Amino acid sequence: MNSSLRHALSQHLLALADDELILGHRDSQWCGMAPLLEEDIAFANLALDEIGHALVWYTLLADLAGEDHYIYPDRLVYFRQIADFRNVQLVELPNGDWAFSMLRQYLFDTYETVYLAAAVGSAHQPLAEAAAKIRLEEIYHYRHTSAWVRRLGLGSVESQRRLQAALDKIWPYTGQLFALSPGDEFLVSAGYLPPSTILSSTWKDQVVPFLLDCGLQVPVESGDEDTQTGRFHPPLSRERHTPHLKVLLRELQSVPRLEPQAVW
Amino acid sequence: MGNLTTDTIWQILDLVKDPEIPVVSVVEMGLIRSVGLDGETVIITMTPTFAGCPALQVMQREITNRLHQGGVREVRVQITFSPPWSTDWITPLARQKLKDFGLAPPPRHAGRIDLALSTAVACPYCNSENTSLKNDFGPTLCRAIYVCNNCQQPFEYFKPL
Repeated sequence: MNSSLRHALSQHLLALADDELILGHRDSQWCGMAPLLEEDIAFANLALDEIGHALVWYTLLADLAGEDHYIYPDRLVYFRQIADFRNVQLVELPNGDWAFSMLRQYLFDTYETVYLAAAVGSAHQPLAEAAAKIRLEEIYHYRHTSAWVRRLGLGSVESQRRLQAALDKIWPYTGQLFALSPGDEFLVSAGYLPPSTILSSTWKDQVVPFLLDCGLQVPVESGDEDTQTGRFHPPLSRERHTPHLKVLLRELQSVPRLEPQAVW
Repeated sequence: MGNLTTDTIWQILDLVKDPEIPVVSVVEMGLIRSVGLDGETVIITMTPTFAGCPALQVMQREITNRLHQGGVREVRVQITFSPPWSTDWITPLARQKLKDFGLAPPPRHAGRIDLALSTAVACPYCNSENTSLKNDFGPTLCRAIYVCNNCQQPFEYFKPL
């Protein structure tokens, strides 16, 4: 593996891991707060799953960097500066109401399912193996979140209103999931990754009809060339964050920053 | 490895219970993929049930401790994701133990989890298949919550994976 390929792969793994970490942290914030006991349990489980998946990706990154499996992930999570995080803005947005969190989780789970289905064929064996493992677990996320999105969309006037409001807010952020990162072309030509345009169209083919079935109106496509509508949101680089990430990291990193030697 | 045979190592591993399901061992759950030797170090290769399972590190520690107690000086417990763990690897005896524990065992699915998900789940208490899913998520990552419409008993189901 040459150095530009290695660098691109490490940036890619970091993006995968950071998405899961930050979404997992958001999910964990529902613990003790969800509207139903069952959903409290479900979101706590989703949090545990996503943070577990983050650890899988950080561990691959540790292997690539020749670093320790146990120390390196913690170092990345607890001691990195905000500018070095590579998660999409979608996952750092505050939880909002329950419809917002559920819809975000559904949109992300669907993206992840599409990504993982492609990644199991990666020419980079560790990536392919991790994808095969995580993909099986995501079956349960998808089953849960798609059922709830349908229930909310086809439920009461109020549940549909909230879900539509959530979709209108979230949709522009989804384009960033498919934004190209520097070096992605090396990964694609090495057969490590499928082109993101394929992922994007597969995702839309799955998500848009489903949302329509749930009685929702799908907003103007994010990242489209339609500048006339005023709703043009070019996919941002993963180096760009909202102010919410700073608040989230301040909480997430507070203990190790105060006491770096603290153990659980 | 001293005088210990591979069989003895497997017997020691069979003493290590799944901390979240204390009636079955890591061997019965199909978590141990291989036992090997690298110089003087015993290498245990295991696979997690769910990648985020918090019991994984507990099991790694327990395996190391038990093998040390059994006279193995150097132990390394390594994790593999390939092939991914399948509930099909849970032994028949362990399935019965899960059921006796009140945890409905998963059906064998040979990789078709989609089919397993549409299979009726029998109540571990009265064996009725008239049961309903209440939540795909339960007290641990590997369990779902069901209720039996026949005997009215809520119960847990080990998710097919």
